[in-house]
Amino acid sequence: MPAKQQKRTRIVYIIMAQQEITKKSEWPLWEVFIRSKAGLDHKHAGSLHAADAQMAIENARDVYTRRMEGVSIWVVESKNIHASDPSEANSLYDPANDKIYRHPTFYNLPDEVKYM
Amino acid sequence: MTVHSFQEHFDSLIDREISIEPKDWMPDDYRKTLIRQISQHAHSEIVGMLPEGNWITRAPSLRRKAVLLAKVQDEAGHGLYLYSAAETLGISRDEMYDQLHSGKAKYSSIFNYPTLTWADMGAIGWLVDGAAIMNQVPLCRASYGPYARAMVRVCKEESFHQRQGFEIMLTLAKGTEIQKKMAQDAFNRWWWPSLMMFGPPDAESPNTAQSVRWRIKRLTNDELRQKFVDVTVEQAKVLGLDMPDKDLKWNEERGHYDFGAIDWEEFKNVVKGNGPCNKQRLETRKQAWEEGKWVRDAAMAHAEKRNARKKEAAKAA
Ligand SMILES: [Fe+2]
Ligand SMILES: [Fe+2]
Repeated sequence: MPAKQQKRTRIVYIIMAQQEITKKSEWPLWEVFIRSKAGLDHKHAGSLHAADAQMAIENARDVYTRRMEGVSIWVVESKNIHASDPSEANSLYDPANDKIYRHPTFYNLPDEVKYM
Repeated sequence: MTVHSFQEHFDSLIDREISIEPKDWMPDDYRKTLIRQISQHAHSEIVGMLPEGNWITRAPSLRRKAVLLAKVQDEAGHGLYLYSAAETLGISRDEMYDQLHSGKAKYSSIFNYPTLTWADMGAIGWLVDGAAIMNQVPLCRASYGPYARAMVRVCKEESFHQRQGFEIMLTLAKGTEIQKKMAQDAFNRWWWPSLMMFGPPDAESPNTAQSVRWRIKRLTNDELRQKFVDVTVEQAKVLGLDMPDKDLKWNEERGHYDFGAIDWEEFKNVVKGNGPCNKQRLETRKQAWEEGKWVRDAAMAHAEKRNARKKEAAKAA
């Protein structure tokens, strides 16, 4: 892209950004996930507002890990989280109840079998 | 499900001590009451930074300064945890700020008292954070999931707040005659407002029963207040300071301390806006918000620019 055109594109983007600001002053909302120790899963810690992902991570560091609560942070913009519907919980999870043969305790082993 | 069965389902969750989560159906009043309670609590954490922030530059040593700074930063964090919890109920952060800045929303009236001497940093940590902990620990089992989880986080951090305050009081109380006087004076001034932090007497809080039923309040105002008096009397003995209440007396029969009458007129007055620092606190808060606007805007502009640059690079590739 020629330099002049590049500069114009940038200016257009800046104007767009400014319009965005006047439209909406509140920073987007982010969900924060923290790995408390190497080897463990990331766990939901809470949420916060930040202008973009990088700043969300920086803010998450200050808000959620002031006492060495984490070794790794994930942030996801809240609008990108899709959740199951609690009113469908019964139909979603109930079928698991009648499949007890999925659990090891369902099976009877002779006492001679010590480790299994 | 009909509205009726929604209500039944909600009631049964409450009865079985199962958490209500953001996407669950909940009665409008439950939602409204929670938004008010959680946002008021968040406002208190944020405004609560002001009386102490006032002393950061004047802390008597580097250690005390680092500690106070960390405590005040924690309070900002508490505000943020709570605002986030309230947001899951469908109110925006900006709306809550508007309510605070316009004076429509309340915050704890304790923060409308002035911090006159360094001993006030001790008294606040010991008494005000102590009273807050008393209030907050039972809320870790509140019925609304995001609120309860925020309270767990808050409570974990609060205990250092109270200890650092007690340590300041202890140092002063064991210090020179003037230092001891200073500690006693701070104790005298913060004691009664701390008792008021638990809210009006049970007989005058008609909503308590409903809130206890909903498990968004686990103990009544008077129960919490009594617990606070009982533990504080013992702590004051360790400090060697006098309880600022001539009617204070152990009641063998009740197994609790009896204490003097609280000046509820003063409380009502401060809540109404006529406390010594109401105006100053709100002005400072609004000023901080307005003067931070360029930072918020700049961060947004920076994010947009960074985004645009990324898009441009992707196009070029
Ligand atoms: Fe706090
Ligand atoms: Fe605190």
